[in-house]
Amino acid sequence: MGVTPALDRRVVPVDPKSQDGWVTSRLDFLVNWARAGSLWPMPFGTACCAIEFMSTAASRFDLSRFGMERLSYSPRQADVLICAGRVPYKLAPVIRRIYQQMPQPKWVISMGACASTGGMFDNYAVVQGIDTIIPVDVYVPGCPPRPEALMHGIIMLQQKVMRDRLRDGTLHTEIEPDPTSQLYIPPSRIDELSEPFGNSVNQTRSNP
Amino acid sequence: MTAPNLPAPSSGTAPDGTPSTPRGLPHRGGALNPSADALAERFGDAIVRSEATWGETTVFVHVESLHEIVRWLHDEPTQRYDYLVDVTAVEYRDAMRPIEVVWHLRALGHRRFLRLKVELPKRGTLIVPSVIDVYCGADWLERECYDMFGIKFDGHPDLRRILLWENYQEGFPLRKNFPLRGRFSRAEQLKQALAQDPEARYSMNELTIAEAFDSLPEDMRRRLAADRARTGEEGVE
Repeated sequence: MGVTPALDRRVVPVDPKSQDGWVTSRLDFLVNWARAGSLWPMPFGTACCAIEFMSTAASRFDLSRFGMERLSYSPRQADVLICAGRVPYKLAPVIRRIYQQMPQPKWVISMGACASTGGMFDNYAVVQGIDTIIPVDVYVPGCPPRPEALMHGIIMLQQKVMRDRLRDGTLHTEIEPDPTSQLYIPPSRIDELSEPFGNSVNQTRSNP
Repeated sequence: MTAPNLPAPSSGTAPDGTPSTPRGLPHRGGALNPSADALAERFGDAIVRSEATWGETTVFVHVESLHEIVRWLHDEPTQRYDYLVDVTAVEYRDAMRPIEVVWHLRALGHRRFLRLKVELPKRGTLIVPSVIDVYCGADWLERECYDMFGIKFDGHPDLRRILLWENYQEGFPLRKNFPLRGRFSRAEQLKQALAQDPEARYSMNELTIAEAFDSLPEDMRRRLAADRARTGEEGVE
């Protein structure tokens, strides 16, 4: 029969002997690879950790190796909020608003002891860990952390980004705070997170 | 390693064993600033006492005549205290001791430093006169002192909190009866802090220099005008 069937354009013809120009991959992997390799950080530097962050961004440690050399000073073009330094209560609504202005998907690195826990500032003025205000993905310990520690945190964040799945929509939906209290987590949890420990007055955790 | 050009470090004691600084200033009882004698001569009973500590003179005065004294120290040609360094307060742990409000004055021309103190009993009302009509720079210093200690400055045009936010409910943090972690639970503190509006705290008058343009120094006005002519912007009106 001399009639050739119509070409089905949905089918890609594969010639096993010539595979030039073809790569097969998972869409997940490609998207995550692109995202993880070009995270734009929004630096929120309030204290000495910001000095270490500057060192990390400068030529010796060279943040651009991670695709992060484009620091975004507007939250609307940022992917990662790097909170470097202690956050007083007066700044709590500011960092909250910056976080809410960032587009999805977004991540947060809490850099240093003060941002993560309040550090040595267990007093009336300092937020006891920014995880009581905004969700945090990576905590970098140190006072302040060395640039290597921050880079380790960034690599951990990249690994977390690589584990994202497109099917799982919950990862990238905006979390709304409780409308009455404006808190993301219940007050009892905040009190528990802020409970003092270590060498401070009225110790409650390390008492024998 | 020794540095040959530097004098030998002092042990911090005078030959007779009393503590002193490397330049020989005694801890207590040094020479008084000449302004202390001038004040005693001019105001008499308004001066409680004067003392010298590490070469710095402190004059305790009565609160009623404080404003008059500061005005005189600023205007009198032989004194000319033209720089208000700081306004602060001290509360001692001893509950019997009064709260002290402290003014640090400096006369740049005469190279003098003077510390004025007013003692306020803790049980009374903590009110002192504002010196903002003598020193414009007292504005934020007095606001900070009010914010931290709750001392009211009579005559201050805009006495409100400056470091803490305006709806801060917990009191005055540098007072001795203030618990270090504040009075409320952490969740309650966070809730109240998040309820503040960051933009409402600043009036636009504080952020703009437009209204102050006429009172700026001549060279600054020239520079601003030149900038405006160069960039063609609607800068300062």
